[in-house]
Amino acid sequence: MLRRRVIPCLDVANGRVVKGTRFVDLVDEGDPPELAERYAREGADEIVFLDITAAPEGRGTLLDIVERTARRAFVPLTVGGGVRSVVEMRDVLRAGADKVSLNTAAVADPSLVSRCAARFGRQAVVVAIDARRRTGDGPETAPAWEVVVRGGREPTGVDAIAWSERVVDLGAGELLVTSIDRDGTRSGFDTELLRAITSRVHVPVIASGGAAGPADFVAAIRDGGADAVLAASIFHRRIHSIAQVKRAMARAGLPVRAVPGSA
Amino acid sequence: MKAWEPEKAVAPSQVFRVAVVDYGAGNLVSIEQALTTVGTEVILARHPDDLLRADAIVVPGVGAAEPAMRRLARARLVDPILAWIATGRPYLGICLGLQLLFERSEEDGADTLGVLPGRTVELADAPTLPHIGWNQVVRRRGHPLFEGIAQGADFYFVHSFAGVPEGIAADRLVLAETEHGSRFASAIDRGNVLGVQFHPERSGGDGVRLLANFVRWSAALAAGAGAQYTPVGAGGTSGGD
Repeated sequence: MLRRRVIPCLDVANGRVVKGTRFVDLVDEGDPPELAERYAREGADEIVFLDITAAPEGRGTLLDIVERTARRAFVPLTVGGGVRSVVEMRDVLRAGADKVSLNTAAVADPSLVSRCAARFGRQAVVVAIDARRRTGDGPETAPAWEVVVRGGREPTGVDAIAWSERVVDLGAGELLVTSIDRDGTRSGFDTELLRAITSRVHVPVIASGGAAGPADFVAAIRDGGADAVLAASIFHRRIHSIAQVKRAMARAGLPVRAVPGSA
Repeated sequence: MKAWEPEKAVAPSQVFRVAVVDYGAGNLVSIEQALTTVGTEVILARHPDDLLRADAIVVPGVGAAEPAMRRLARARLVDPILAWIATGRPYLGICLGLQLLFERSEEDGADTLGVLPGRTVELADAPTLPHIGWNQVVRRRGHPLFEGIAQGADFYFVHSFAGVPEGIAADRLVLAETEHGSRFASAIDRGNVLGVQFHPERSGGDGVRLLANFVRWSAALAAGAGAQYTPVGAGGTSGGD
């Protein structure tokens, strides 16, 4: 049976792993390859690596860090941040990534999703969707979310649910859905947002934004329908270990891969 | 405990060269690193001549069959790979490298290598596609490839299609199975030809162990370790039992 994945996210700025509430109050949390290797050893099912300086400053992804990470951790690696073209995606894959996450560039030019999928296969194309709840909704209105880009700073007017369906049609093989409202707040995943998307698309969905404790991971899967759950600071700061999260998931009856060496 | 102590499959005094066929734009860093970790010398093979020095070949790859076959043809690697297999030398196909062994792919209608009877089809009744993540690999019989690896161990998958063996010996090609909506062949073997649908180079300690096993099995095959390793080209469907 397919295991539900636990994925530590390494937000990287200037070659270091950092975490703040998106783009502000960044705190240095370590060397990317070193952290990736540690997480792989501790049972991470995959590593997501986001070069958060790439999109705002227009820099290319740090390919040497991708390669050093890929050489140290024999688990899958997804890389995002600043990939704007098929050629850039090729370079990131060649450096050792298994999947590439597209975000701002896909919103600017949705054909990028289909071109990358045609070239590398849809299984290599992750579309990251940063979603913010629309304000002003009364209790009688159905909830709605808007796609935001550039780390949550720029609204697009695009409906997040419609966008998720569109990118899957275009060739996205996986969605990384981040609640910008919850990101960095440790108030739990937005399971309503997750359910709205997972009930409409057939591809795996990775939940992101708001993880505080093991119960949140369980809720993202059980209530949100997510295939995988992603978190950063609670792992980096050792508030919870991957093993703790997996134990809670297993206790809730969710299929998880055993942490290596603990069986 | 370390999740994966590098396990050497090659004695320090010996050299074992694995040609990793490089015909596309995918990630070759992981497979190269994993094979280096188990003690082999890796040749990234882009031309027919690159296969000459190799002791075993690995064909990796993800994505669709048609562009892959086109790139293999452009690099003039199709006939050398077929000759390699027909002369009984060790082959490991990973993901697309497994699917290409069959006759054709229903993903884009491409004719593939045709070493094994069967075709590549989309996973039936899958709750999600692509099938991405760790899933259990359940062996139907023993094989040196899985030496020291627990029955039902988890390996990493990322694919939507899988090879379906056909013909009277179809069942005997299936070495291991995995379930995602329905069961599919996640490892196949016939004589000198092995294929895995999962990615050992991304499957942690068990994945590295499987690659080490492949190298040891390849070395034994080259040393002529008996009828167990009857090459495909020698007409034996009885190989590998």
